[in-house]
Amino acid sequence: MLEKIKSFASEFFVTGDPLILGAQVSIGLTMVALVITLTYFKKWGWLWREWLTTVDHKRIGIMYVIAALLMLFRGGVDALLMRTQLAMPNMQFLTPEHYNQIFTTHGVIMILFMAMPLMFGLFNIVVPLQIGARDVAFPFLNSLSFWLFFWGAMLFNVSFVIGGSPDAGWLAYPPLSGKMFSPGVGQDFYNWGIQISGIGSLMTGINFIVTILKMRAPGMKLMKMPMFSWSVLASSATIIFAFPILTVTLALLMLDRTFGTHFFTLDGGGNPMMYINLIWMWGHPEVYIVILPAFGIFSEIVATFSKKKLFGYKSMVFALMSISVASFFTWVHHFFTMGSGANVNAFFAVTTMVIAIPTGVKVFNWLFTMFRGRISFETPMLWTIGFIVTFVAGGLTGVMLSVAPADFQLHNSYFLIAHFHQVLIGGVAFGYFAGLYYWWPKVFGFKLNEKIGKWAFWTWNIGFYLTFMPQYLVGLDGMTRRVSTYGWDTGWFGLNLTSTIGAFIMGLGFLFQVWQIAHSVKFMQRDTTGDPWNGRTLEWSIPSPAPLYNFAVVPRADEQDPWWEEKKRREQGLPPAPAQPYEPIHMPKNSPIAFIKSFCWFVAGFGFVWGWYWMAIPGLIGVGVCMLVHSFTYDNEYYIPVDEIKRTEAALRGTV
Amino acid sequence: MKETPAFKRVAAIFAVIGLGLITSGCANLIVLDPKGPIGEQQKDLIWFTIIIALLVFIPVMALTAFIVWRYRDKPGNKAPYIPDWEHNTKLEAIWWGVPILIIIVLAVVTVRYTYALEPSKPLGSKEETLTVQVASLDWKWLFLYPEQGIASVNYLQIPEDVPVKFELTSDAPMNSFWIPQLGGQVYTMSGMAMTLHLQADEPGVYMGSGANFSGAQFGQMKFDAKATSQAEFDEWVASVKQTSPSLTAQGYQKLAQPGVSEVLSFSSFPEKLFQKIVNKYVESEKKDGAEPSKNAEGPSPDVKQSGTSHANH
Repeated sequence: MLEKIKSFASEFFVTGDPLILGAQVSIGLTMVALVITLTYFKKWGWLWREWLTTVDHKRIGIMYVIAALLMLFRGGVDALLMRTQLAMPNMQFLTPEHYNQIFTTHGVIMILFMAMPLMFGLFNIVVPLQIGARDVAFPFLNSLSFWLFFWGAMLFNVSFVIGGSPDAGWLAYPPLSGKMFSPGVGQDFYNWGIQISGIGSLMTGINFIVTILKMRAPGMKLMKMPMFSWSVLASSATIIFAFPILTVTLALLMLDRTFGTHFFTLDGGGNPMMYINLIWMWGHPEVYIVILPAFGIFSEIVATFSKKKLFGYKSMVFALMSISVASFFTWVHHFFTMGSGANVNAFFAVTTMVIAIPTGVKVFNWLFTMFRGRISFETPMLWTIGFIVTFVAGGLTGVMLSVAPADFQLHNSYFLIAHFHQVLIGGVAFGYFAGLYYWWPKVFGFKLNEKIGKWAFWTWNIGFYLTFMPQYLVGLDGMTRRVSTYGWDTGWFGLNLTSTIGAFIMGLGFLFQVWQIAHSVKFMQRDTTGDPWNGRTLEWSIPSPAPLYNFAVVPRADEQDPWWEEKKRREQGLPPAPAQPYEPIHMPKNSPIAFIKSFCWFVAGFGFVWGWYWMAIPGLIGVGVCMLVHSFTYDNEYYIPVDEIKRTEAALRGTV
Repeated sequence: MKETPAFKRVAAIFAVIGLGLITSGCANLIVLDPKGPIGEQQKDLIWFTIIIALLVFIPVMALTAFIVWRYRDKPGNKAPYIPDWEHNTKLEAIWWGVPILIIIVLAVVTVRYTYALEPSKPLGSKEETLTVQVASLDWKWLFLYPEQGIASVNYLQIPEDVPVKFELTSDAPMNSFWIPQLGGQVYTMSGMAMTLHLQADEPGVYMGSGANFSGAQFGQMKFDAKATSQAEFDEWVASVKQTSPSLTAQGYQKLAQPGVSEVLSFSSFPEKLFQKIVNKYVESEKKDGAEPSKNAEGPSPDVKQSGTSHANH
């Protein structure tokens, strides 16, 4: 009996590696500390009522951001471990097996569990406020999306300590990811974790399309909508076409692994190349899904900090939408070397280059928004300028890669690694940082410390260039991605060491940001204006932090920058629009179902991973029960009475 | 400001040294230091794209620096401030138009080179083509010389100035066959026979690697590609034939097991080993029996010489 338990435990828990053991211990201690703190301060009820069951878009947004920052930490530690292993030739820091797990989880986490939730966090926090709505179109669905993401991410992360991490690369190409070559449960954690959170992403896409199309403030024509909301629309539209492909692809891979089907196997007539096509039909649009909202963020910030209208609004909209469409026609550029022949390669090389055109136009429009403006350099704007420099260079190396016959020499090398990190860090991460700094006061009611923010900005940037510029060169020197070590004879030492030093400087940048948040919370300087940046759009017209119902009175938006125009009118001494009387506000009620249902998915997923149907089936039954209960819950809305609105507004606007 | 000619001269010297350092530094990078016709053309193409990229990058950055500096929010800044200036058809036409023109130029060049450098296209040399069959195994490279009847592991030798036709397959998860100084890579995939034509223009030992991740010991899938004179090559073939053991069918099974391997050579290998490796994964061929039925004379079964060798269609 004891032997049986022992052998089970050694298979169930990841053992043997001191690094992982250390992580297990610290995870355990953190969890114990969390439980004790919550119990000691009697905060369980608060946590449940105010956060876990909330359907408020702002709180869901905050939870997305917190989860994303935690995942950024984990993905970042993964990156530093890899860079440490590659700092010197013949390093013995990580075994090849461990290294393979780390680059796999680094990729998955950074794209799916860091970039995506950070993006959804900003969608949630900003879009309803920006278009003058009181919540998203489907608040319950929104909370379900978040919890599906969260429990999916947990299921993926749990593989770190239980069962073993996946190690077949972030896109898990078969046959390597098939049962034959990856018999462990790591790949199953990958499948189920991504699958569960991916369904959440799809629902968020639907939710925001409907929100933007149906819930804009009166007067806000589509062509007067703020550019960030446009970018969310473009990104969401891409999501609803791309994510079903991911769902199907992973489902087929799961069938191959779990039920022995032959979609992507080598034997039985399967075709792994089909998987590679399918995964990139999702994977390429995916990178545009995450970059488009960053473009939107920059558009808002550039206009605000140049104190000038966004230049070329129509061009910007057209560019966003055309990138969104074109992103579906470039996927083969991820495998020009698969031998599709010259016709296919030529077609996809050209479609890839074409995307550079609208992207370039956007850059010029940002530059000419600054032109004849008055630029001030608060942190959101610094990140924006840092982005322009980094992204233009990264975009151009992307164009180099799109030249199919040259790509045969660049593909799978560190040149490629440097390129996509340059656009993903320089574009997506810089963009979301800029957005976080910019909208932070709207969410929390205070600004982040500018001085530490500038330190963070410069360490991030210097670290970035030190890390990735050498990688272009070492790629041109023939170093391929995913090698866990290299010899002295390669001549790659100096470039790799520089890269590692750069990576740690970026890590320092992250620490600066943590310090910045902690410092700003401690020495909080309340923003009483609700408009600390001299903003242009509706979200700056309400107090910070935004009240539960966002707008006491539904605003009107007859101009492109309604709040800016309103402020101009006030300056000119024109009488403000007559105040509308308050009316009771219709709000959705909190619901525990999303949390419970997603947890049931987690249980079911965990059961499927291990092939424990005694666990998976009850989990699925739980999901079904949650659906039924929710379908028959009719009491899910309420009204905020006028008195309460008056009290809240008076308190927030400091007129008591 | 005292910008004396001396200052300018110093600046010019530094610029020349800087450029020299960059170009000489880059010249040492093996992708930019090719030793064969394919790699040579790919190098030219890469430089061409670098130049185009710089032509875009430098003006855009100069413009960015200028705008950011001139329109900074500082008291007394005399630059015009026009907060409602948001559209100018001419300007927008320029920055839609110029990128379109650049992309058209790049696209034309790319499409031409895509056809010219299609890896399955023979090089068109007077010399007779040497065929080398390559199989990526877990985690080693097997090279078969069907014309010479010998085989090697993790070690490739070819004669210089002779076009080599590599036929690529895999008896393990997908990998990618890459000798940067000879030319670009092509995937090795099970059940497929891909073609890649390369040539070495001068003798030397060139680094070769598996460029696509294929599992635990993937980092060990390195090999030397040695180019020698035809005479030396023939000598090498003869010595392998005399001194090395032969690779039996069982020997191959053992070799194909996951694990890393030393450099090995074999004086012979089982008949049609490459075809068997390819057909192992092809359903229709299995039913017909082990012997490939079609195209038995040719170098590989079912291979349409188009690069798209979908063996299982």
